[in-house]
Amino acid sequence: MIVAQPKPVKEVADYIKECAKVLVVGCSGCTSVCLAGGETEAEILATALRILRKKQGRPLETLVTTITRQCDPEFVAGIAEKVSQVDAVVSLGCGVGVQFLAEHYPDKWVLPALNTVFAGGTVQAGLWEERCGLCGDCVLHLTGGICPITRCAKSIQNGPCGGSQNGKCEINPDTPCAWHLIYEKLSALGRLDLMLEYRPAKDWSKERSGGPRLVQRKDAEL
Amino acid sequence: MKSGSNLEKVLSQGRFAVTAEIGPPKHASAEGIINTAKILKGYVDAVNITDNQTAIVRLSSIAAGVHLYNAGVEPVIQVTCRDRNRIAMQSDLLGAYSLGMRNVLCLSGDHQKFGNHPQAKNVYDIDSIQLINMVRGMRDDKKFQCGEEIKQHEPRYFIGAVANPFADPFEYRVMRLEKKINAGADFIQTQSIFDMQRFEKFMDMVRRRGLHKKVHIIAGVTPLKSARAAKFIQQRVAGMLVPDEIIERMEKAEDQKAEGIKICIEQVQHLKTIEGVAGIHIMAINWEDVVPEIVEKAGLVGQHVPVIS
Repeated sequence: MIVAQPKPVKEVADYIKECAKVLVVGCSGCTSVCLAGGETEAEILATALRILRKKQGRPLETLVTTITRQCDPEFVAGIAEKVSQVDAVVSLGCGVGVQFLAEHYPDKWVLPALNTVFAGGTVQAGLWEERCGLCGDCVLHLTGGICPITRCAKSIQNGPCGGSQNGKCEINPDTPCAWHLIYEKLSALGRLDLMLEYRPAKDWSKERSGGPRLVQRKDAEL
Repeated sequence: MKSGSNLEKVLSQGRFAVTAEIGPPKHASAEGIINTAKILKGYVDAVNITDNQTAIVRLSSIAAGVHLYNAGVEPVIQVTCRDRNRIAMQSDLLGAYSLGMRNVLCLSGDHQKFGNHPQAKNVYDIDSIQLINMVRGMRDDKKFQCGEEIKQHEPRYFIGAVANPFADPFEYRVMRLEKKINAGADFIQTQSIFDMQRFEKFMDMVRRRGLHKKVHIIAGVTPLKSARAAKFIQQRVAGMLVPDEIIERMEKAEDQKAEGIKICIEQVQHLKTIEGVAGIHIMAINWEDVVPEIVEKAGLVGQHVPVIS
């Protein structure tokens, strides 16, 4: 899933300081699962914004709604009536959600309430970890299912570098060295030969460096 | 000869090579580099120039290399993968060659977190092994990394790589060395050696795979200035191992600097006896003037002539 984190309330309040009435939109997709932008978080943020503004002597009116997925035009279109009543929309979706809302409602300011952080998963309650760099050219079949693009601080493909010690990365004694993990996994699988194979320079044109990407499938077209 | 560099000549003739290292300044004057070059001239076969080591902005390794070259000392320009993509790296390799550079050392580079711009975006378009392969391809295949032909004047570098026997997983370090050799490394400079036992074990594995016959291995040493410095390296520097005995010896010494030099000379003399060690790389950053003394007292003086007259 896409993992996001709430921005400080004061920062969001600053985005909407000129507004009298805003719509706070939660998302039931990824940001809800990572406890950053679901129904509960949307209500909490709206309340916090109202309290802050009340303290400042300039009360704010809020509408709150949560949609199934902000990255889906069908659901985004369903809140047109509410959007029409406010000065601005505050989105608790990921960066994609904010953009889909902004695109659908071109006359309205749509503001992000979250920082979108990475594609990852829940490793334990309250802890999410990055796992995929969305590089467009998956190498997990060569690395025992451990991603060197995201989990190595240098994204190296022929690792580990000389900064790996006691299984940890040079950047932080708490960060596991991805290539140490890969080595141990391949060793356990009896496939250390993969560690000796040269991995050629990666084709980064398949990731964001190549410009905004599209996935188009004829078979999915209507 | 692949490059015709002095270092290549020394190593291919089987002479015991001595290299040193300079960290360029955090300003725009070459005065210090030139002064250090004068101190080192005649004592070493080549001098490495670090490439923004520990991710701190410094005068560029290529520019410093030119100053060194003009002062009569052969440079080894270090190139890290942290700050430049394959386009900039190849461009710089062409430019550096046109300025007389003949040796290049390929490294991953310290993560920018350690430096003075931790907010910087790192590049790592290619990694150190891919960089070695790219420099080799430019020389031997006369091709840019993309496969396009270099129609004339291809850069013909003597290609160096690093090995760190003190990083983990230990068993993998020799495999990684082999990967670097296969990618095109002509010579290797190791991380500073303090744990001699572990290095001996590493070299034993190297010899069993016959790697010392495929590449020139130059063993790295660092003279310790104080017990405090030794402790700092032990506790804070990633990828380095300093045994407690060395720290204790430094602590007990009346003159810690002299003891540091003494330890270093002993290390060099020991390393000379290890089969497969083709030379010594003395990393005395900010203490370069100690290099001649180490070279002299280790009995390595006299064989190094200034390369560029």
